[in-house]
Amino acid sequence: MKTLLEFEKPIAELEDKLIEMRKLAIENNVDVTEAVKSLTEKILELKQETFSNLTRWQRVQLSRHPDRPYTLDYIEKICSEFIEIHGDRSVADDKAMVGGFGNIDDEFSVMFIGQQKGRNTKQRQYRNFGMPNPEGYRKALRLMKMAEKFNKPVVCLIDTPGAFPGLEAEERGQGEAIARNIRDMFMLKVPVICIIIGEGASGGALGIAVGDKVLMMENTWYSVISPESCSSILWRSWNYKEQAAEALKLTANDMLSNGLIDGIIPEPLGGAHLDHDGAAKTLKEVIKRELTALNKVNPQVRILDRIEKFSKMGVVQE
Amino acid sequence: MSWFTRKDKGIQTPTEAKREAPDGLWYQCPSCKKAIHTREHRVFAFTCSNCNYHEKIGSQEYFELLFDETKYTELDPMMGSGDPLEFTDTKKYVDRIKSTEYKTGLKDAVRTAVGNMNGLPLTISAMDFSFIGGSMGSVVGEKIARGIDYSLKHKQPFLMISRSGGARMMEAGFSLMQMAKTSAKLALLAEAGIPYISLLTDPTTGGVTASYAMLGDFNISEPGALIGFAGPRVIKETIGKDLPKGFQSAEFVLEHGFLDFIVDRKDLKDKLTSLLQMLQ
Ligand SMILES: [Zn+2]
Repeated sequence: MKTLLEFEKPIAELEDKLIEMRKLAIENNVDVTEAVKSLTEKILELKQETFSNLTRWQRVQLSRHPDRPYTLDYIEKICSEFIEIHGDRSVADDKAMVGGFGNIDDEFSVMFIGQQKGRNTKQRQYRNFGMPNPEGYRKALRLMKMAEKFNKPVVCLIDTPGAFPGLEAEERGQGEAIARNIRDMFMLKVPVICIIIGEGASGGALGIAVGDKVLMMENTWYSVISPESCSSILWRSWNYKEQAAEALKLTANDMLSNGLIDGIIPEPLGGAHLDHDGAAKTLKEVIKRELTALNKVNPQVRILDRIEKFSKMGVVQE
Repeated sequence: MSWFTRKDKGIQTPTEAKREAPDGLWYQCPSCKKAIHTREHRVFAFTCSNCNYHEKIGSQEYFELLFDETKYTELDPMMGSGDPLEFTDTKKYVDRIKSTEYKTGLKDAVRTAVGNMNGLPLTISAMDFSFIGGSMGSVVGEKIARGIDYSLKHKQPFLMISRSGGARMMEAGFSLMQMAKTSAKLALLAEAGIPYISLLTDPTTGGVTASYAMLGDFNISEPGALIGFAGPRVIKETIGKDLPKGFQSAEFVLEHGFLDFIVDRKDLKDKLTSLLQMLQ
């Protein structure tokens, strides 16, 4: 069953109509070439119009689309081979945070790390809805340091509604785990690319999002809080999520124009969920391009650039 | 439920009011209800002489408690918030800032000062919870970053005193990146081998816990402080049951291995001095 967002419905209706038209034409042996052509154009127009006028809340909806590619989907499509590595060597293997070495076109060996969401009810629970516990962040850091040891670049794919706010997570130091990652990522001697592929919620996202290049895919969000939680705190009601999304300026365009990310990765028209292959192809090209550029920079310079970039973020009056 | 009560009581007694109180007035301890002379309360470093309840105090009180002869130089005292997102919820962010400045006499939720503590040069950044819940926006991040820069330049220890509800939502993405900025500077401080002491006071939660507050060479706290990443209300909603007694208290966090020690505020200056002397 395909999931349709409200603003996707008019497009889907036209697409159904197109299929119906072609079916009828075959059954009744009539020529509908002209009608098909004009309807196809109409669909493209409507798609372009809809997707160039998305509200911020609609981008949030797309970022959470249940058919959207997740971390392991991208890894599978980008890598000729991938070896998953488990565990934080201390407490457990966090299923909400995955990682391992992957090959890209026999050109690059890359350490991929990312939050993982599940697609059905059972998988969602297994992946804890993409909300890592402290051991997830510690596993991520372990893999990053391993990549550094073997001089391999790190690519982080970020897709989380937040770090898990649970009892055990607090007992095992959720705050400390995220803080350590953020600090230690600045000092990694290898190139680090971070890409928001879905949801980038707060510290839970930033815990694997300190990099030489921080990029957002077109239909994603990245901010300090989700629109729903922001609404509940500032408006004291869950009903202002649209306004909260507008106020937070959390889209890729917003984040780029505020100088808080380095670039935007375009998605296939209609969103990555409609064309996993197309989305993965673009992502792969971007990763290859960025790695080629970053490999040319001296590691110490890379670290200093990384520190300087984040040190400039913020607006104050003096 | 005990710590919920404790927290609420703390909120009912803002430090500002007491500080402004003329000598001769009485302070009532919100925990044991004992009336204490304000002068005595001050001599006891704003802790209760009866039950040792640590009153929530601000940057001014910590500077006066820790710097010799209360002599210190404040860094960037005039730095104030911008409004890069032109944020409006039920109220405009710029108006919120203005009214909070007026109410508290502060420019933002952190102040940084340099001076001597028992003769040892020290940089202190101390947060003020009274300024929008001690929330971390660009000013908080930038002032802490510059405080660390000062410590790097002058090779002197850095003391961070956190008291914060976490991120400042009205600065959204900018607020989030202050976690990265401050942690970047702390990475440089660590590399330079300069001591960083993080004192987590009541309460320290959210993005502050998940960045500079937990990155000390020494993470220390005051008795009874609430320390956590997620707030107790959110955790309670997540797990769907009441939280155990003492959950997220400084004592709990110490027991789980994330604090180095808990220090009574009356001993803070001497204990920090001894510690820093041992590192020299
Ligand atoms: Zn008392």
